[in-house]
Amino acid sequence: MSDVKKIATREAYGKTLAELGAEMQGLVVLDCDLAGATKTSEFRKVYPDRHIDCGIAESNMMSIAAGLAAAGMVPFASTFAMFAAGRAFEQIRNSIGYPHLNVKIGATHAGISVGEDGASHQCLEDLALMRTIPGMVVMCPADDTEARKAVKAAAKYEGPVYIRFGRAPVPVVFDEDYDFRIGKGRVIREGKDVSIIATGLCVASALEAAEMLNRDGIDAEVINICTIKPLDEELIVKSAAKTGKVVTAEEHNIIGGLGSAVAECLVEKCPTKMYRIGMRDKFGESGSAEELIHKYMLDGEGIYKQVKAFVEGN
Amino acid sequence: MTIQELKKTANQVRKNIITEVFYAKAGHPGGSLSSAEIYTYLYMEEMNVDPENPKDPDRDRFVLSKGHTCPGLYGVMAEKGYFDREELKTFRHLGSRLQGHPSMHCLPGIDMSSGSLGQGISCAVGMALAAKLQNKNYRVYTLIGDGEIEEGQVWEASLFAGAKKLDNLCVIVDNNNLQIDGTLEEVNNPYPIDKKFEAFNFHVINVEDGHDFTQLASAFAEARATKGMPTVIICQTLKGKGISFMENKAAWHGKAPNAEEYEAAMEELERIDETL
Repeated sequence: MSDVKKIATREAYGKTLAELGAEMQGLVVLDCDLAGATKTSEFRKVYPDRHIDCGIAESNMMSIAAGLAAAGMVPFASTFAMFAAGRAFEQIRNSIGYPHLNVKIGATHAGISVGEDGASHQCLEDLALMRTIPGMVVMCPADDTEARKAVKAAAKYEGPVYIRFGRAPVPVVFDEDYDFRIGKGRVIREGKDVSIIATGLCVASALEAAEMLNRDGIDAEVINICTIKPLDEELIVKSAAKTGKVVTAEEHNIIGGLGSAVAECLVEKCPTKMYRIGMRDKFGESGSAEELIHKYMLDGEGIYKQVKAFVEGN
Repeated sequence: MTIQELKKTANQVRKNIITEVFYAKAGHPGGSLSSAEIYTYLYMEEMNVDPENPKDPDRDRFVLSKGHTCPGLYGVMAEKGYFDREELKTFRHLGSRLQGHPSMHCLPGIDMSSGSLGQGISCAVGMALAAKLQNKNYRVYTLIGDGEIEEGQVWEASLFAGAKKLDNLCVIVDNNNLQIDGTLEEVNNPYPIDKKFEAFNFHVINVEDGHDFTQLASAFAEARATKGMPTVIICQTLKGKGISFMENKAAWHGKAPNAEEYEAAMEELERIDETL
């Protein structure tokens, strides 16, 4: 897919905030000394007075965001996923989640595609952690288009939202006319033999895998799930009932993320044979994003091999 | 209010505290009693709040960072007219608006849900920042415990408040010198508290007797007049103040009185009331 346009989803975060700044006077962006990396520097260029650098203190930033929201503002609290969902989990739970405050958490540098920084910075637990907080919307955009639309939708939505972004450039999958809705998944390739339900950078990989599977006579359906919570259960059940086999694919531990969310849904509503693709309860390591995605079988080839083995019963 | 009226109100707040924890068979009387005058002064004199309009965007805000001492907060809110005194007996009961730790969605007049130590002060900082960003004149008050300052987040919040010169923020430390496991010095000595806040670019006011309304009045006036930096008022208080058998005893941090103790406590407060 070398001819495909690639953009990191974090780019969309900063750009969209800068766009929203004009129409939303109450929008304020918080960062923890990472404005260049999270791309909130794009917002800072236009609205320096509404860009608050909290310094290296993520827990404090989350509670400050709660205070700003309680006073009627719309804060976007930004840092790496590891320090947002990980370090500041309890602040998000108690200062933001419990009072259901209108705080948006922009968590960049999620997953192994962080690359060279290694395991300490490769957050593979955030979707699991955020999903357990009552009332929290959890999103993981697949590409630049979806990321821009997700940020806009989050800004207009009333309530806490966690959005996960990646550091590495990923293929653009969606057209500009894509009608994005919080809580709605989308069938992006129809098929009848197996459903591949993917999120984040695994969506482009799943599409690639589906083409490879097609050559082997396996007709895969590919579903994009940006909103992990609330999950589009109707769409998932419909596809599972049709294909009878479900594979999930995510750049996250297979424990607690999309795979778990889909399994929870299907076990209650449509028990289906399932396989979860993701980090198999392992920490990451240093390397380029591309090398890591390949090693941990989250690229097209890796997903192809795992789906094929599952479908063929190996 | 006159000093006399404030004293009477604080004594009633103490009765309310004892009633709440007695009917709840649980709760935190010690640190609620030590803050009775602070709560009373804030709600009856200092803050611009109206129980009839608890969501007024221009109101002053209060965040009880040491959320476990909400019997004191509920106790003064009842006196201010947010709800009837009778409701205090529902504290900590199933379905009550008076949750074990304050919940802003349960009870109008609570500006922030709190209870996890260290977080409330950051939320108060966020509100003070919001006032600056929105060019509003309201002030934000937050009451923190002296044990609570062992939480690192208190210092993250303080560093930020000092750095951003949030002079509309007033932090009050209830320095009763006791926490669950013993005295502050025994557990994890945070002294000197004033020097620490000074180093974090706060204007520091030490109040020798946090139960003396004259001293509190002068401290809050000084805080209000302070520009260009946040203020901390460090109040020396007595944990369990007003109930002789609870005074200065760590054991009464989080314990409810039994029926006999309840009667004795209420009688003692009645006697104080007669002298006022």
